[in-house]
Amino acid sequence: MSPPIRPGTVLWCMGDGALSGWERSSTARVIAPARPRKLAKVPFVELADGRLQGVVSSGSDISRVYVSSVTVGAFAYACSTNNNRPCGGTSSSYCNHIRALIDQAVLQYGAERVARYLKCDLGDTEADAFSLTQAMVGTHPMPGDSNAAATVFSRFLRHLAYLEFDATTAPLPEMQWFPPTRAVA
Amino acid sequence: MVPADEGGGLMRTDLLTETVDGLDEALAAVDAFDGALAAGLLRPQPAQAAGLLELADAVAGTPLAAKVTEAADKAAAGAADENHFVALAAARTALLGSVHDALGARVEEATGRPRGTHTQADSPREPGEQVNVLLAARSWLSDLARCGWQGMDHDVVSGAAPVVSALLPEPGLRRLAALLDGFAAELAASCPGASLKSVPERRWADLWARAMLLTVPGAADAPETGTVTGRLLPLGADVQEHPTAVQAQIHAVLEPADGSGARLVRASVSAPKPDTVVGAGLWQLLRPHMSLLEALSEGRSMELTDMPVTAEGDLLWSDDHARKGEPADAFATARVALPTAAEAPTAPLDRHPSRLAVPVFVEGYAAQAAEDELTFTIAGPELHVDADRIPAASPLTPQAVAKSGACIGLLRWDAGRFRLQPLAVESTVRKKTVALHAGAWAGGTTDKVGAKGEKTATDAVKVLRERAGRLLRK
Repeated sequence: MSPPIRPGTVLWCMGDGALSGWERSSTARVIAPARPRKLAKVPFVELADGRLQGVVSSGSDISRVYVSSVTVGAFAYACSTNNNRPCGGTSSSYCNHIRALIDQAVLQYGAERVARYLKCDLGDTEADAFSLTQAMVGTHPMPGDSNAAATVFSRFLRHLAYLEFDATTAPLPEMQWFPPTRAVA
Repeated sequence: MVPADEGGGLMRTDLLTETVDGLDEALAAVDAFDGALAAGLLRPQPAQAAGLLELADAVAGTPLAAKVTEAADKAAAGAADENHFVALAAARTALLGSVHDALGARVEEATGRPRGTHTQADSPREPGEQVNVLLAARSWLSDLARCGWQGMDHDVVSGAAPVVSALLPEPGLRRLAALLDGFAAELAASCPGASLKSVPERRWADLWARAMLLTVPGAADAPETGTVTGRLLPLGADVQEHPTAVQAQIHAVLEPADGSGARLVRASVSAPKPDTVVGAGLWQLLRPHMSLLEALSEGRSMELTDMPVTAEGDLLWSDDHARKGEPADAFATARVALPTAAEAPTAPLDRHPSRLAVPVFVEGYAAQAAEDELTFTIAGPELHVDADRIPAASPLTPQAVAKSGACIGLLRWDAGRFRLQPLAVESTVRKKTVALHAGAWAGGTTDKVGAKGEKTATDAVKVLRERAGRLLRK
């Protein structure tokens, strides 16, 4: 049996011992699948465009969502509604939306992958949502550019559209290259 | 039931560990090219040029020779155009096609099953208005080849997004769409390439070459070559997934109503998905589109009437041509019907070792779970078991496989050896035979663990649909 793989682990990070045959394998697992998580609060999170970014549902108004992001390296933060009104919680540091975003990103991708992507050095501290948030807040990050909100929101809509495509019963032989892994079990 | 040692069906596992002539040489040429591609073909170094020429030499005696030699020369000089890249992808595909054939012949010897006859497919349809998006895909793949895995960055990789968006809505282009979407997600998660400690060279070159060939109009066509009528006896379910796509393939024996010989067929159903739909959510997404999933869970056969089929033995499933039949035990099917069921040939362009997934039945083995390796030993060399391919939403577990005494599986080959992917196992619990199937929850489940997974998945999709309803149409 293969050793258990933690969700979100990018598998080339593992020691060479675990990688025997990996470079000559057609079906090497490169990304572990997302871990199941509740989507009500944070329906969308992704590591893309040089940011950890996503969409957080408003606690008070069901038709409102917040678009939140943290940039790679500088950890600059932005949070506004989908109608481009700034979030009231970001006057000095990360608001609760951004904190929820980080929590859910860690659930979905695993803390190590998120930390590596954000270029957040945790030293010897074990990576989890709390240590990651603490480490970034500790650098006193500045508010970032909120112009990305429109892009993030349209990426969220593109993501939602994946539910709308038709299924097909014509075979896709290429999917043979994408076996599942037991990582999420 | 026919015991394995009387009616055939005894698999010669000893043949699976014997050397295959020419295999190492063919794979060495593939590796040489893969190494050249990994470093990028913008300004190739002498070692890369040598790798390209090794690929060209390996197909020197074939009709591809002239085109591939020209392409390798141009690429070695850093001057390859998109057509040259297609030629190199074709040469690599031809080599792996020969590997597929040699391994397939070996599997045939080991199972002792008859080979089906090939039905010539009609010539590919005329390409429609899809040519532009195919050319856009080819252009992205060419950029990727110039950067190589070591030189790729987010800018290059994100070039796939508009191509995938254009491909996805068109069901006829789903093969290329699903491939590029999964490939680009892996590359994005691995960027920047310069910081990679090691690279899955064989895999990424496979995905690159297959995608390149699918940009040739008509290459992805797998047309209907006839229809079948008869009794369909399911053997088990194989699931494939990447973050934004899922496919389930049901392997089954078809007993034609006209009395002609039994044959192996597959029924497939696939769909794009958001990356947060996982586990039982995969079955939920596919369930409404193929009644066979429910029949599989219930342990039933299905009666097919004029179901369209391709030359490769793929049923083009439509619920209109199927109705539920009598209960049918997969292990009875595996013991009685499988040994004489004929296998359909693989389409020429699809020939690749990773395409080999041959239903087999083994029993009377000693299962052994070592530290990180599960094996079955049946009178001879051990057979490695790939339990990692069992889907997450399934009652079948690696632990159950390790305690089993009989197994229906798919024989596959990867990274230099054959492995058995379990589809179902039988074990003896308190002197009773108990069967566990990988696809048991395909049609739904009342199992406690399974039902919990179903609820989590239902909730996730409900949230996404609610959000989509509120936000998408504004």
